Amino acid sequence: MTTATYGGVTVELDEGGFLADPGVWTREIAADIAAAEGITALTDRHWLVVDVAREQYLRTGSGPAVRQLGKASGVGVKELYALFPGGPAMTAARIAGIPKPRGCI
Amino acid sequence: MGTDTAPRGTGADAPAAITKVSIIVSKGSLEGVYPALIMANGARAEGIEANLFFTFFGMDAVHRGRNRHVKVATVGNPGMHIPTLLGALPGMSALATHFMGRRMDALDIPPIDEFIEMIADTGAGLYACRASVDMFGLTREDFVPQIRDIITVGEFYAMAAGGQIIFTSGRDRGPAPGPLLVCGRARRGTGRGRRRA
Repeated sequence: MTTATYGGVTVELDEGGFLADPGVWTREIAADIAAAEGITALTDRHWLVVDVAREQYLRTGSGPAVRQLGKASGVGVKELYALFPGGPAMTAARIAGIPKPRGCI
Repeated sequence: MGTDTAPRGTGADAPAAITKVSIIVSKGSLEGVYPALIMANGARAEGIEANLFFTFFGMDAVHRGRNRHVKVATVGNPGMHIPTLLGALPGMSALATHFMGRRMDALDIPPIDEFIEMIADTGAGLYACRASVDMFGLTREDFVPQIRDIITVGEFYAMAAGGQIIFTSGRDRGPAPGPLLVCGRARRGTGRGRRRA
């Protein structure tokens, strides 16, 4: 467990660098996590994907893997990788402040 | 902003993360193709660079007319747990493929042609083997448009430089030494167990 300062507050991260407590998440924290991931500006398309990932986690207890993320957001796989070059499901989950998604597809 | 410890996976004692994989598909059976596709797709999902190299019967996965008809091997496949003679009966392979397909569909695992498109969209490189293409008398036009190129083994090694090479197989094999990993049959951890669950 490590800590980091995002959005002006100190937050705890798990071993994978995901927010340890999804409850402390704010949009300001999200923007700073995105910057740390190399995404300097979150566009509407980024937010669409991040919100879908977070909504699914809050509803079901687990975040979506790439295929599901694409289907649920309506953003195609190609665009997902363009938006989140480091891996859409992982990066979106990090920015959304939710645990690492565990799906294989 | 900033973290108070070293970034992920960069500690002195942490093993170096895998940054690139080149996966060889040589079998044209369902269990020969899917593990490779899942591994390539999964690599990209983790931000790992991935290349797929289709050779010999593995080329069926990217062959226009054939990639919708890839079937489970029911003969010479002890993991099927049916006698070989029974597995050889007409329709057995289609039946096993049908049942496995239903399970995969329920788990949202796409059919091969759709999976290939998805993997190409992740930015992975898909290549066919020059020697196999010549041997089977195929041309560029026989392949799905997601195939970037037909390349020689030398070009494959050049492309794989600096990464891991993974040889996926539809048959049981022991592990090979060095960086060459051998991936066993997928159904051992998937189809059968899931069906019982």
